[in-house]
Amino acid sequence: MARQISYRDALREALRDALLADPRVFLMGEDVGRYGGTYAVSKGLLDEFGPERVRDTPLSELGFVGAGVGAALGGMRPIVEIMTVNFSLLALDPIVNSAAMLRHMSGGQFSVPLVIRMATGAGRQVAAQHSNSFEGWYAHVPGLRVLAPATVEDARGMLQPALADPDPVLIFEHAQLYNLMGDAPDNSPVDICHARVRRAGSDVSLITFGGCLPKTLQAAEELAVLGVSAEVIDLRVLRPLDDATVMASMRKCRRAVVIDEGWRSGSLAAEVMARICEQAFFDLDAPLARVCSEEVPIPYARHLEEAALPQVANIVTAVQALMGISP
Amino acid sequence: MNAFDVPAPPSGPVPWDQPFALARLLDMLRIRRLEEKAAELYGQQKIRGFLHLYIGEEAIASGALCALRPGDNVVCTYREHGHALLRGVSMNAIMAEMYGKQQGCSRGRGGSMHLFDRATHFYGGQGIVGGGLPLATGLALADKLSKRPGADSNPFEKREGGPLTACFFGEGAMAEGAFHESMNLAALWQLPLLFCCENNLYAMGTALARSESQTDLCIKAASYGIATERVDGMDVVAVHEVVKRAAHQVRQGAGPVFMELQTYRFRAHSMFDPELYRDKQEVEAWKTRGPIHTYSTRLKKQGTLTEDEFLALDATAQAEVDVAVAFAEAGTWEPVENLGCDVTAPESAV
Repeated sequence: MARQISYRDALREALRDALLADPRVFLMGEDVGRYGGTYAVSKGLLDEFGPERVRDTPLSELGFVGAGVGAALGGMRPIVEIMTVNFSLLALDPIVNSAAMLRHMSGGQFSVPLVIRMATGAGRQVAAQHSNSFEGWYAHVPGLRVLAPATVEDARGMLQPALADPDPVLIFEHAQLYNLMGDAPDNSPVDICHARVRRAGSDVSLITFGGCLPKTLQAAEELAVLGVSAEVIDLRVLRPLDDATVMASMRKCRRAVVIDEGWRSGSLAAEVMARICEQAFFDLDAPLARVCSEEVPIPYARHLEEAALPQVANIVTAVQALMGISP
Repeated sequence: MNAFDVPAPPSGPVPWDQPFALARLLDMLRIRRLEEKAAELYGQQKIRGFLHLYIGEEAIASGALCALRPGDNVVCTYREHGHALLRGVSMNAIMAEMYGKQQGCSRGRGGSMHLFDRATHFYGGQGIVGGGLPLATGLALADKLSKRPGADSNPFEKREGGPLTACFFGEGAMAEGAFHESMNLAALWQLPLLFCCENNLYAMGTALARSESQTDLCIKAASYGIATERVDGMDVVAVHEVVKRAAHQVRQGAGPVFMELQTYRFRAHSMFDPELYRDKQEVEAWKTRGPIHTYSTRLKKQGTLTEDEFLALDATAQAEVDVAVAFAEAGTWEPVENLGCDVTAPESAV
């Protein structure tokens, strides 16, 4: 049996490889050094690479993310860690106004080869200000590439091509996935352009990404027991979206449910559904459906938090409604 | 400094040889004539959008830019025509950019506020107040981490020390979090960074005392443990001598230096600004300190400049402007098919 490692360990191995491979690479963020990373992703790297390359920063998201943009402009290959997606809102200016726009605004003279990693998502009872999924917001912005590794393989393999990308790349690590176990991948890079079919099926496409992938796979298992063959698509790359993989699945399954931990209004799910309507409307046998987070700040109490988030049962129910199966 | 307390005009001897002294005068005249023409062209609707003029503040760019080396990084605000020009971006490319032509230094994508030039390490042209400060911090961090050699030469300075990053920003940016975060990081990490605060007393239309609890800007900077210098930004001699000294200090690895360059904007904030927030008398009083005529007077007084020489320099600047306008007029529009170019690298690069 292959060696098993966690999503967290896979991220760490990828960081270590990157630091070993290229002297221009350095990691910077709050508590990435002595503390070992808020989620212990960078544990041990300070000892191996020293404080210049595993750089603790003050609580200064605007400052150190902006400095990451500047360092990338200056020829380095910075990896900036933001503790959670909610804190990234303090750094929207350098991400959107600078990193995403500089290439175009300078007539193609400058590029920003920056990688920003951050934890995202809810499910740990850390309440409203530490639980959001703003991937969809960032996926709105031209100039950025947005990745959502949902497997150990992607956690291991996405960093290398992200660093090779001449433009800024945001990597969203769902906090519920850090303990996910999987076969230890080798150190080869994965593709960061395409979605992937995680489970083949023929009756309905379940389209999702990030922390909702395990829930969606479990829902597909339960649907199989009910006689429904669900195909599960992991978007993986939220910008630019891989329309071809989604539309191929639509032609086969003719029905779709999009599962997205973001809030429903203006969500990434809404964008995926709009594209299906534009490109595959005549392949559809049923209206599109989605399972998103309820439109409330994520509450603390466990039962309320669970009720606010997409759950396996919601996905199964949505598919049953679509298929005309009474629960 | 209160806007009504107009200090005496810069005076005293100019301690430079004639070629260097006249070069600084030409610097200021080139900026002045370029921008006067830009304002005129704006009236003709050849230039659109925001146009932020530097007129009155030219002594800062003139004194500071010539103290830098070719390998240094320069980060500016949207009031950056003068810095770009003196950094070495051609007046043709600047004018064409203001016209929106593809021969512009940002291929018509940036306009007046977003001049960029890779060859001269000119990083814009930043439109967000304070937005350039974290970028400059990162550029300086990159130089420190990569130990980028600073062996390129400046004819006016001996070769020693590494490259630095000069970040120009207005005093309005000092109310932004980006200023405080950048100062903290630069001091904490002892980065080779020159903070050049162009204090023209108004953040758009809001006077310093109406926007800052502490109007002594050097005190703010000093609270981060950063060395500070306060300079008369309308005196090209004072600006150059201080920037030269500060740049030397920064290059030696002594950490960042903050400079408050006190100046005054003679024109409106932008072409949309009706200037309701200040008196005409105040502007007129400040014009007595105008950087070009006070400097010319000093040079003439000590026999470094004759009126004929002044007129010849002015004609040189004007001729360059005429050529730039012809260049921009003759420029071509980027085909609309290229609209989506340079948003990201071609997919093949990934």
